[in-house]
Amino acid sequence: MGYTEEELAKELENQEYKFGFTSNFESDKAPNGINEDIIRFISAKKEEPQWLLEYRLKAFEQWKQMTEPEWAHVHYEKPKFQEICYYSAPKQTKKYESWDDVDPEMKETMKKLGISMEEQQRLTGTAVDFVMDSVSVATSFKAKLNELGIIFCSFSEAVQEHPELVKKYMGTVVPATDNFYAALNSAVFTDGSFCYIPKGVRCPMELSTYFRINEGGTGQFERTLVVADKGSYVSYLEGCTAPMRDENQLHAAVVELIALDDAEIKYSTVQNWYPGDKNGKGGVFNFVTKRGLCERNSKISWTQVETGSAVTWKYPSCILKGDNSIGEFYSVAVTNNYQQADTGTKMIHLGKNTKSTIISKGISAGHSHNSYRGLVQISANADNARNFSQCDSLLMSDRSGAHTFPYIECKNSTAKIEHEATTSKIGEDQIFYCLQRGISEEKAIGLIVNGYCKEVLNQLPMEFAVEAQKLLEISLENSVG
Amino acid sequence: METIQENKVIQFTENWSQPDNLSSLRKEARQALNGMDFPTTRVEDWKYTRTARITNKTFSQQPTNLAVEAYKIENLTCHELVFVNGYYDASASTILEDDGLSIEGVETLDETAYAELLEDTEENVFSLINKAYSTGGVSIRLGKNKKANYPIHIIHVITGTSVIANTRHFIELEEGAELYVITSYNSTRAADCFNNAVLEGLIGENAGLTIDKLQTEEQTVFNITKENFVQDPSSRFLMNTITTGGLLVRNGVNILVEGTNCHTEINGVYLGRDKQHLDNHTFIDHLFEHCTSSETYKGVMDDSSTGVFNGKVIVRQDAQKIEAYQSNGNILLSEKATVNSKPELEIYADDVRCSHGSTTGQLDEDALFYLQARGINKKSAQKLLVAAFVGEVLDKVTHDSTRAHIDKLFLRKFGWEF
Repeated sequence: MGYTEEELAKELENQEYKFGFTSNFESDKAPNGINEDIIRFISAKKEEPQWLLEYRLKAFEQWKQMTEPEWAHVHYEKPKFQEICYYSAPKQTKKYESWDDVDPEMKETMKKLGISMEEQQRLTGTAVDFVMDSVSVATSFKAKLNELGIIFCSFSEAVQEHPELVKKYMGTVVPATDNFYAALNSAVFTDGSFCYIPKGVRCPMELSTYFRINEGGTGQFERTLVVADKGSYVSYLEGCTAPMRDENQLHAAVVELIALDDAEIKYSTVQNWYPGDKNGKGGVFNFVTKRGLCERNSKISWTQVETGSAVTWKYPSCILKGDNSIGEFYSVAVTNNYQQADTGTKMIHLGKNTKSTIISKGISAGHSHNSYRGLVQISANADNARNFSQCDSLLMSDRSGAHTFPYIECKNSTAKIEHEATTSKIGEDQIFYCLQRGISEEKAIGLIVNGYCKEVLNQLPMEFAVEAQKLLEISLENSVG
Repeated sequence: METIQENKVIQFTENWSQPDNLSSLRKEARQALNGMDFPTTRVEDWKYTRTARITNKTFSQQPTNLAVEAYKIENLTCHELVFVNGYYDASASTILEDDGLSIEGVETLDETAYAELLEDTEENVFSLINKAYSTGGVSIRLGKNKKANYPIHIIHVITGTSVIANTRHFIELEEGAELYVITSYNSTRAADCFNNAVLEGLIGENAGLTIDKLQTEEQTVFNITKENFVQDPSSRFLMNTITTGGLLVRNGVNILVEGTNCHTEINGVYLGRDKQHLDNHTFIDHLFEHCTSSETYKGVMDDSSTGVFNGKVIVRQDAQKIEAYQSNGNILLSEKATVNSKPELEIYADDVRCSHGSTTGQLDEDALFYLQARGINKKSAQKLLVAAFVGEVLDKVTHDSTRAHIDKLFLRKFGWEF
């Protein structure tokens, strides 16, 4: 049967969100709105030390002075910050003694997400720190990680048990005043993940967290801090799914990575928050600040597969401070219907012999808009810095848009910078080639899209690549094999 | 009643006189300026270029005349239109016999028609100042299916101290007309002068316009120029900008492609030394399908100079089958040189082939070694490689006399021989 691009585009428009279900359990909610009392309430709820409360209040003071950024190539109705609930936690009477005690409904939710604990523990050897709304409810493999001295826990737990580490590193890469949403997050963050890899330790498994927005009207303000001490290695996975909701939900997370001398952090994200229905109604606002700091000889690698959210505003960045450090950014962003994504990276070269690679692949279908916005900055002291950027866009509908806004700033004459970008649709000659060889048009399109994203998908850890492929399949359903 | 608020723009222009002609356009421009301020680096379009260096100074209009022989292009028979400090110098100009071509003062234009022709073009604070206070300019018109016998060379010279020259020219090519224009910006050993020029026009159906722009002012002169052109169906536009002079140069080329089957090509070479700041902004707006556009800008930055390239191509919805290509190459010859490059694409149609590339680096070590191994000293080898690098763009200047003139400029300024 013949299969044309128009049919594909139609299918893309018609398919609805697969993971749109809501679990019914009561939440422990704070009243809507933001003010000092709410911040004190959150802080008290979490039994936080005084310094952290002060940090929050200071960030809130700064936030009040700031205005929402408007430079991104996205259009949306601004969130009403006084109508958002800044704290909601699944109601818990007691801590779970064992896995069997966990609320069966919650187990069911996890199963739907395809991350059944038992299976994961048995088969994949992956430790999962699962965040239901804003509070983490279960952690596994702790014992094994403990042996190596690896700390992997929820952010609130880290604040209680390792305050010295949290205090030392929190806000050093993304200061509380960095930008509007980072300041908001610093003031009201409810939980998140904390990870510390001690000197010279190679984390034996992939660490992963699943985020999930659950209560209607709940803002999600996560904070992730990953510290890789000298000579250590960690691969960290983050994946998100959100249930179908009509009102827009705000997600403003902060992720800080710190790679000390000779350390390596690999941070992979699969994001499929609810993108809104095919008329552009609803969907998640994803305004995330992600940044990593590289010390001498260290390496930070960001890999992201973005298929969800109504509006995405996200620039995972690397500050290449130490000599010989390496930053990498691999991204696939798929937008459909009325989704808008403005995403990219910043590579700030400060140290000598620093290297960065940027591979960004955008696919726009329906009425969506997909922008790459990236900065490569070579400072005067960054001798022999090297950058390679490639940003490709694939357009699948005549109502979609693909935009490229690269910023290249070079202050050093020994630097070598290359940037290239292309925008096109799937070549008719490519499809013709496949058809000639007996591959149906549908399969051909799938093949081409898969091949187009392969450079990025290859960067994902094995366990995650499967899920990423699953997501791409859902996003481009019936078209990719 | 026009009310004008106290602001920097008003202060900047307060001592200037306004000629009586084109009064409604000038009034409109002054009204638009009302409440406007000079751009800071927080304004995205001026992110890399500080205009405070210009706007903190005071300039005045100083009509004068001088010998312009030195600025003419050798072995080129052409219409020569001379503007000294922004004023037309009739005695130094030569207008030859050319059928179908009319060259008149810009003030002879019918104001309403003029305003209508260019209503879609973009203005910024400097082009508005130019509109309100322009002291001279030509209106060039070429009739249907005419090919001009001679090229037109518009010679701008600035001389004196703290002089501002506001020139504004208009070119209109009727259906099928064909014209070659050279605009050169020159200066004597002038101090703190400011060339604020605008060149705009309309290229009719099937018509073709070629412009070579040469900027060779002393390194005490500021230069902000804007070229606004509207292209009708099946027209061709080619512009080459060669920049070697000026302390702070900002070129803005805005092309509105308002028809199918058009071809647009803008190229540039910028060579910076000492503390020069050379900024090239381009904007191509594809409103209709089946068009091609190509941009090649190459920069060589030495000493503490700064090069800026910001190219933007927009392909509007339903403007299918567009092929747009943008390339920017930069070579840094010195530790203190800076390059900022921002090639942008905004695409709203799917059946397009758009690409851009930007590179920043240094001369190829292997190539240098190869040449040195063959007995060419390092300096000559470097020159040879730089010449080859910018040669790709210079080769787009197809007129022999102009090309020879450019080569001579390079020889004079850098001791380069191609």
